[in-house]
Amino acid sequence: MNLKPETLRQIDEVITHYPVKRSAVLMLLHAVQEDVGYISQEAIEWIAQKLELQPINVYEVVTFYPMFRQKPIGRRHIKVCRTLSCALMGGYRTCETFEKEFNTHRGEVSPDGEVTIEFVECLASCGTAPVVMIDDDLHEKVDVAKAKQLSASLKQEAAQRR
Amino acid sequence: MAAPQQRRLIFKHNDEPGYTNDLACYQRHGGYEILKKSVQMPPQAIIDEVKKSGLRGRGGAGFPCGVKWGLVDRKSGKPIYLIVNADESEPGTFKDRYIIHQDPHQMIEGVMISCWANNVKQAYIYIRGEFPHGARILEKAIAEARAANLVGPNILGTDYSCEIYVHRGAGAYICGEETGLIESLEGKRAYPRIKPPYFPAVLGLYQCPTIVNNVETLCHVKHIVDMGGDEYAKIGTPNNTGTRLLCVSGHVQKPGYYEYEVGKITLGELLNEVCGGPLPGRTFKAVIPGGSSAKILKFGETFTLKNKDGSTRTLTVEELPMDFDTLAAAGTMGGSGGVIVMDDSVNMVEALANINAFYAHESCGQCTPCREGSLWMKKITARMVHDTARADDGVLLKSVADQIAGRTICAFGEACSWPTQSFIAKFGDEFKSYPETKKVAKADGALELV
Amino acid sequence: MIAPTKPDLVTVNVDGKDVSVPKGTNVIEAARLVGVDVPYYCYHPKLSIVGNCRMCLIEMGMPAVDPATKAPIMDPATGKQKINWIPRPQIGCATNASPGLHIRTNTPQIKDCREGVMEFLLINHPLDCPICDQAGECKLQEQSTGYGRGYSRFIEQKNVKPKRTQLGPRVTLDDERCILCSRCIRFCKEIVKDDVLGFIDRGSYSTLTCYPGKALSNNYSLNTVDICPVGALTSTDFRFKMRVWFLKQTNSIDTESSVGANTVVWSREGIIYRITPRRNDEVNDTWLSDSARDLYKPVRATDRLTASRVNGVDSTLDMAINAAGELLNAAAGAVAVVGSGRSSVEEQFLTRKLAESLQASTHLVSRVGEGDTILISADRNPNVRGALVTGLIKALPSAKLTALAAAIDGGQVKAIVSMGEDLTMAGLTAAQLAKVSIVYVGTHQNPTVAAAKVVIPTGMVFEKSGTFVNQQFRLQKFFKSVPPPVGAADDLVVLAKLTAAVRGGAVPSELHAVWTLLAAEVPASKAISFSNLPETGLLLDATVFAGLPFVEGETMHFQPAKANA
Repeated sequence: MNLKPETLRQIDEVITHYPVKRSAVLMLLHAVQEDVGYISQEAIEWIAQKLELQPINVYEVVTFYPMFRQKPIGRRHIKVCRTLSCALMGGYRTCETFEKEFNTHRGEVSPDGEVTIEFVECLASCGTAPVVMIDDDLHEKVDVAKAKQLSASLKQEAAQRR
Repeated sequence: MAAPQQRRLIFKHNDEPGYTNDLACYQRHGGYEILKKSVQMPPQAIIDEVKKSGLRGRGGAGFPCGVKWGLVDRKSGKPIYLIVNADESEPGTFKDRYIIHQDPHQMIEGVMISCWANNVKQAYIYIRGEFPHGARILEKAIAEARAANLVGPNILGTDYSCEIYVHRGAGAYICGEETGLIESLEGKRAYPRIKPPYFPAVLGLYQCPTIVNNVETLCHVKHIVDMGGDEYAKIGTPNNTGTRLLCVSGHVQKPGYYEYEVGKITLGELLNEVCGGPLPGRTFKAVIPGGSSAKILKFGETFTLKNKDGSTRTLTVEELPMDFDTLAAAGTMGGSGGVIVMDDSVNMVEALANINAFYAHESCGQCTPCREGSLWMKKITARMVHDTARADDGVLLKSVADQIAGRTICAFGEACSWPTQSFIAKFGDEFKSYPETKKVAKADGALELV
Repeated sequence: MIAPTKPDLVTVNVDGKDVSVPKGTNVIEAARLVGVDVPYYCYHPKLSIVGNCRMCLIEMGMPAVDPATKAPIMDPATGKQKINWIPRPQIGCATNASPGLHIRTNTPQIKDCREGVMEFLLINHPLDCPICDQAGECKLQEQSTGYGRGYSRFIEQKNVKPKRTQLGPRVTLDDERCILCSRCIRFCKEIVKDDVLGFIDRGSYSTLTCYPGKALSNNYSLNTVDICPVGALTSTDFRFKMRVWFLKQTNSIDTESSVGANTVVWSREGIIYRITPRRNDEVNDTWLSDSARDLYKPVRATDRLTASRVNGVDSTLDMAINAAGELLNAAAGAVAVVGSGRSSVEEQFLTRKLAESLQASTHLVSRVGEGDTILISADRNPNVRGALVTGLIKALPSAKLTALAAAIDGGQVKAIVSMGEDLTMAGLTAAQLAKVSIVYVGTHQNPTVAAAKVVIPTGMVFEKSGTFVNQQFRLQKFFKSVPPPVGAADDLVVLAKLTAAVRGGAVPSELHAVWTLLAAEVPASKAISFSNLPETGLLLDATVFAGLPFVEGETMHFQPAKANA
């Protein structure tokens, strides 16, 4: 595992938070995913060893929690809330707008590798529906127009980077 | 008649210009004074105040907080843990997000008071994975509090030490169930435990006595110690004390969060006056009053409820006070305070299909009825919407739901079957006629819900 | 009122019937005692309780007492104490007997619960019983007949999951048949401590899997097949070989070590198809090693001995007995008898009789390996203690027959009777074998057979009945499952005939008659007969052997005696 020193420091620190090492599984998975982008089989085995577990114990956890992914995703992660309050305010249209804008389908990496769009369950911001998380940031009242606007700025940012 | 005024205890400073989530700001507004007061009180005195206050859990079940604390096994010799349930994931609920983002120290103060009261030396905040900023804010707030000797070793110069750590979830609704949460915190799949024998108060985290409280509940503890249990109990209505955060979403003019004395505002006042009524040209059709697992209410239906003196009263949906007991008597629940409103544009088959997709996705899969039943219900409603609907699908749906509720390891069984049971009970005709009406609905350009 | 009972027993009421059970017994087991079936899938008496299948739901109630005075509240209608029934059904597996506990299993609610669970378990199940090995011993089949509705309301697409996954060298997994009871996972974790199985994904899409790159290859992997209540885990070896309802079940004993795990041998028309564990809570619980299940394979091996031979020429049994008698009589006073720790108690007893008739020295070959701390002990002979009990040997055997080798070289031994032991494996050289006349009584070809003057084929453990004494000094019996091959005789018959041929007089050759003699002559087996020996065995008084340095270490239900530390 080629983790950043900061990640390793964070991992060693967080393990001390629990009387039983196994408790740190979720926090380690978060740390590794934030660093590497996804959870590889190598990462599962590394974490298992770090926490004195069998790899299956970590694998079971990785596959239970939807936030952990076992494959790389696009550079930006667009998570559109699918659940009732957002759907009532047009969440499905919002998701379709992003799909059209990036010429991709939910669950897939866009052809240019820029985004992965995902439909996720309730993001707990139902009062400002429909909501979308782009990476760690919440965007509220994302109707079709705002989805287009957000897409435009993501594309612009990508263009500048190139 | 004008709606009652909000009574803001928890959200006193929310959205206040200039109010920030750092320690200095919190202390300028009197922060941590109640913790200072608390550590001068015997722990049992605080528990007694909480009992007197009548505070009921704000996470969903409405279980009395003082009773919960009273069940904790204090003779085991094992450490007692406190876990803050910040896994806010009941659809329609978004109150804890704002506490954590805007006033994290209020929660931390409530946590520390509760830890002192229960002789807890280690607390964990289990925050849902979808709140990455929330987790950072809490980390920072705890660090500030630790630096100020409010958290950590020998707080406020006493010989009492208590540590708080933030633990992040990763997208599983079932972690809101307290034993599922405990399993998750132990680093496992969040499979709820069988009760008996694994009651958290006796065999919780690491098989030690454990208290799991909702974010809002712990904030209330601070205010209870501040004003005294008896005084707090005067807020709200008997057996439904204090204030509660109400989150309104869906088809109203002004969705958002509000804080009212429990039972002092009716559903009608909340939706029509506070939230500005239905969207232009629309009328209210249905409302889910306590998070998506609460049973749905249909505008136009009435409830004949018993009074204490044996007489009865009949209330419309609009007349229902937003408290625990009346909503329960009306066959639904106050739950987590998430009010989801649907107007006459909504087809109930499609709304249920949306809800069923949620529960099928979130079922942990441990026990048979919920695992198989939740997906079956999803498949039926999805088929109705996207493929062939049959007039008697509603009957089948209800029967499937009936085979789940009451037979599962945890309350998810009820959570996933109550929507179906209540939708069919109240909108059964819409399910029966759906094979015909859905063609019309599709042509209408209505929003896709599933 | 509930009648007072013994302090360790509590009285519970199952469907109106009172039953006294040890405190803590769960409702499933308590109900079993009064003949009431509480169906279940995930519960297993030897594994932790998880309560996930929900099949064992029951109604539960407790006698009503006045909250203030704790006085019983009587029901005027019945004159008995009123029962407060909990409206919500409870799981039987996690409900333990406490005084006055009442349960009901025959109410409309419970019927509905079971029908519901059955329906749920079947909606995503492939219903491929006609091609499933589990058919005939499948809990899903049995209980859908017993407790299901008998028709399906499911018209949606079933979930798709992996089929025919090789979990390891011996176990095949069909995930679509899996009902996610987690027994196999718990078994690996709790009993074998080989944590390789787990569930991945969530909800109805949860899937049993072995960690990628690892295999379910431990020597107990086939127990997961035994405890799988459905056809998800099947034995790769037994797969598609035979329908279980055609098979005859015969109780037997695992001979791979002195643990003596109890087994069932499954056969049809003289052919064995599989071996499975038989529950014995004092020996092997419900488990059996994978290696023990392979022990029947040599039955039909090509190197089986199927004809008596004298000087390399096929003969009848009687001709071989006569030849052996002449040979042994000629060597009188210079005969050694090599008995076997693999022989049964009865055979060892008659071997002793034969040796006494010949005034021969007796020997035994030890087999020592490493114990696995579960169900394979360090002593790889199943019945060394039988040889001690019957007086065939006085001291523990060693691996090499050094004393016998010296006696051959010194000319004191001229003839040897070997009861199935390959003497070359026990340290005798070809040159030494050439110096003696050998009578070999056994089952398979080996260098000693090749060197023997007289060879008499006999049956393997599956081809005869008898008893073994395991490491606990537990006398356990096994039964004949299949007939021996044509040309092979019963060891007891051979030993009796040999004894007669060497003028040792008449000894019985029939099992029950041998036991009459055994009971009379062997102190430890007083009052025992083959018929009255329980299926789970009987502990013998072993005080006289307590000081011997047995080789076994700790295994399930066995602690070695601390060497007077």
